Amino acid sequence: MSSPAAHAAHAPQGFIRKYVFSLDHKVIGVQYYFLGLFSVFLGMTLSVMMRYHMVNPAAKVWLFEKLWPTSAAGGVMTPELYLSLMTMHGTIMVFFVLTTVPQSGFGNYFLPIQIGAEDMAFPVLNMMSFWTTFVSLCVMVAAFFVQGGAPLAGWTAYPPLSGVGRLSGPGEGMGQTLWIISIAIFCGASLMGAINFIATTVDLRAKGMKLMRMPLTCWSWLVTAILGLLGFAVLLSAGILLLLDRLAGTSFFLPAGLMVNDRILNHNGGSPLLWQHLFWFFGHPEVYIAILPGMGVASHLLSTFSRKPIFGYKAMVYAILSIGFLGFLVWGHHMFMSGMNPYSAMAFATLTMCIGVPSAIKTFNWIGTLWGGQIHFTTAMLFAIGFVSLFVTGGVSGIFLGQPALDLFFHDTYFVVGHFHMIMGVAAIFGMFAGTFYWFPKVTGRLLNETLGKIHFYITFIGVYCIFTPMHFLGIAANPRRYADFTNVEYLGKLMPVHSFMSVAAYVTAAAQIIFLINLFWSIKKGPKASINPWNATSLEWTIPSPPPHDNFGGVHPVINHGPYEYSVPGHDSDYIMQTDPPAAREEA
Amino acid sequence: MLLAPVVWALTVVIVYFFAAKTWWFPPPINQHAQAYDAQFMRTLVVVGIIFFLAQMALGYVIVKFRNRGGRAQYTHGNNTLEKLWTTATAVLFLSLVVMGTKIWAGVHFEEAPPDAIPIEVMAKQFAFNFRYPGPDGKFGKTDLKEVNDAGGNPFGIVDSDPAGKDDIQTASLKVPVGKSIKLIMHSRDVIHNFFVPELRLKQDIVPGMEIPLHFEADKIGVYEVPCSELCGLGHFQMRTTMQVMSEADFEKWKQDQAQK
Repeated sequence: MSSPAAHAAHAPQGFIRKYVFSLDHKVIGVQYYFLGLFSVFLGMTLSVMMRYHMVNPAAKVWLFEKLWPTSAAGGVMTPELYLSLMTMHGTIMVFFVLTTVPQSGFGNYFLPIQIGAEDMAFPVLNMMSFWTTFVSLCVMVAAFFVQGGAPLAGWTAYPPLSGVGRLSGPGEGMGQTLWIISIAIFCGASLMGAINFIATTVDLRAKGMKLMRMPLTCWSWLVTAILGLLGFAVLLSAGILLLLDRLAGTSFFLPAGLMVNDRILNHNGGSPLLWQHLFWFFGHPEVYIAILPGMGVASHLLSTFSRKPIFGYKAMVYAILSIGFLGFLVWGHHMFMSGMNPYSAMAFATLTMCIGVPSAIKTFNWIGTLWGGQIHFTTAMLFAIGFVSLFVTGGVSGIFLGQPALDLFFHDTYFVVGHFHMIMGVAAIFGMFAGTFYWFPKVTGRLLNETLGKIHFYITFIGVYCIFTPMHFLGIAANPRRYADFTNVEYLGKLMPVHSFMSVAAYVTAAAQIIFLINLFWSIKKGPKASINPWNATSLEWTIPSPPPHDNFGGVHPVINHGPYEYSVPGHDSDYIMQTDPPAAREEA
Repeated sequence: MLLAPVVWALTVVIVYFFAAKTWWFPPPINQHAQAYDAQFMRTLVVVGIIFFLAQMALGYVIVKFRNRGGRAQYTHGNNTLEKLWTTATAVLFLSLVVMGTKIWAGVHFEEAPPDAIPIEVMAKQFAFNFRYPGPDGKFGKTDLKEVNDAGGNPFGIVDSDPAGKDDIQTASLKVPVGKSIKLIMHSRDVIHNFFVPELRLKQDIVPGMEIPLHFEADKIGVYEVPCSELCGLGHFQMRTTMQVMSEADFEKWKQDQAQK
């Protein structure tokens, strides 16, 4: 196997090369993680403000006035401010948290180690990918501070609302332009990352690391990278076209006969539906970009902490691959109500139900993995089990939404909001928490506090159920989403108690995340020292010191002799066989 | 361990609220809406059973197979089981789509009957406008340059076209009970959405497109129509009503409008 020789053993000296513009995949992984951590707290803070506003639409809040003297003059949040918080919440969470942490954060750090490589295939590209993402985040946040504020067209940015400039609303001027530029930069960063992940997995596997011996985490990172490569390329093109419509007077997405805010516009021949097709061609795979790495982590941890081989390894790999493939064929289910050809809805619905099958297979296999195990309830394991529960709850509501007939009512109601928050939002975040508790000792050499971890887990687990399940009932009661408040539609009045309950649940759950922050930062400095392999796990990262040396394996080229989940092998002394253990260990058994 | 009762309790509470229908659909007002509710209930039963069993099983395995210091079973899976649950879920999920097809077809594949009453819808930030052709049965020509929202001409009907003289423009929808209605929907600026919860019917209104939607309403009453596609800062205020009237009342209303 080739090795990036220039890299071996020569750790860079000096703060800047070591921690800032580092070429080390581990440092870059940690950088991504902290970028995501900042973003998730920013996104969560926005959501708490929104939840407060929804139940107290007329309240005067000192903080709002301080932050937004014009759009919250007197401390009362205006509807345009509400929508811009909503847009930024969605955008920051989807791009800078769900896309960034599970893949670019954990994947960067552990993909090379788990396949026995010394670094990613292209270290410089890797560094550029992170710093490009950083620039993209800065541009996105800057949208808050320009005239008119952040855009209000939602994270989906449907034109003409997003395409005609200031006319369609405050925030649709400079704010929306910056949003598109930021997303375009982000696409560039993701493309660099995706190429790197694919090349690394294909080329840098250590001797004996056959594809079918890779941990399921590596499979999920590989397929996620392929999705990113194909999806972000399309979003980048769409973003550029939208920018041209706004700035150069083109008409890709803007039809003739527009009259916005009493002004007649001179566009001609564009199609608002074209944007939706391009956006969701990226947007649906994006859902799997967010959740696949979480599935990988959950699979990995369920096996490790139940001390059992993963149930149906091959079926799991095929399920990941078919989710990846089908993920590109179902985008139309976001558009059942869009005015596209209603016959195509039947095709998209059928394919959507097909993609439910591998998801169900994974769930059955997770329960099959736990069955007959010896389950160790570490905090990491609790989050992995929590992931499964949330994945089921978030997944089954998709069976309603995937039917065009039922979408005739549910489209754009809170039912949809509940569905995607459960599965793409919190299930994916539980995957990140699970990964954090599992890998923290490898990254820092110290363990996180288990007591704080469990308190945090239980509040968060019950909390997210209390926030997001009521949304399904709101949807059934026809509550539209993206409403700044609910005072203008009469039938929404009786739903206010549900909204109040959800808001309280959101405050408590958000506050509980401080426990996690305290645990994280306290344990970096003061946590108990971790051994090389605190969980008695089998994959390669647990064969090297914590934290790992600069070139991961200290100049040694690991040789892989076993599959990733050899737990409780009969006749073997300990209840696990490392992937690098000599082959004899198995034959003796 | 504590996790198992937590998962069970959450599951039971969720199932309870679905069974009790504490927050539920408004009553249906036509056959399509009833068929919709039946399809929803079919799906709910299937999905509810899967949800309940999966969560209960998850709780069960974490209690039953908690670490007691023994050795776990060594197994890499079971191909028969994989085939079984793959086939079962595929059959179940696909049958649900097939069963719902008729409802979708009724809305989108079938044309409105020829005698359906045509009504134009013009959505804009942040209002709905409706237009009836008047006694001549013809819609007059429109031009954006003639649009005058304050002056009662939101559609921009051209003065010179005699067909437009008797057109009726209103800000809320009035329909006769039990008659086929055909909406012809336009938007002037951004994407909006027409949604009547009691009809179980929803459709985006897209600028540059003419989107038809047909239905009949079988129950007299006033129903709210909230915009259901993000359209800007006034989205939450964009609301109108659909009034379903007896045929006599509807005719009288039309005459009153024509005289204005």
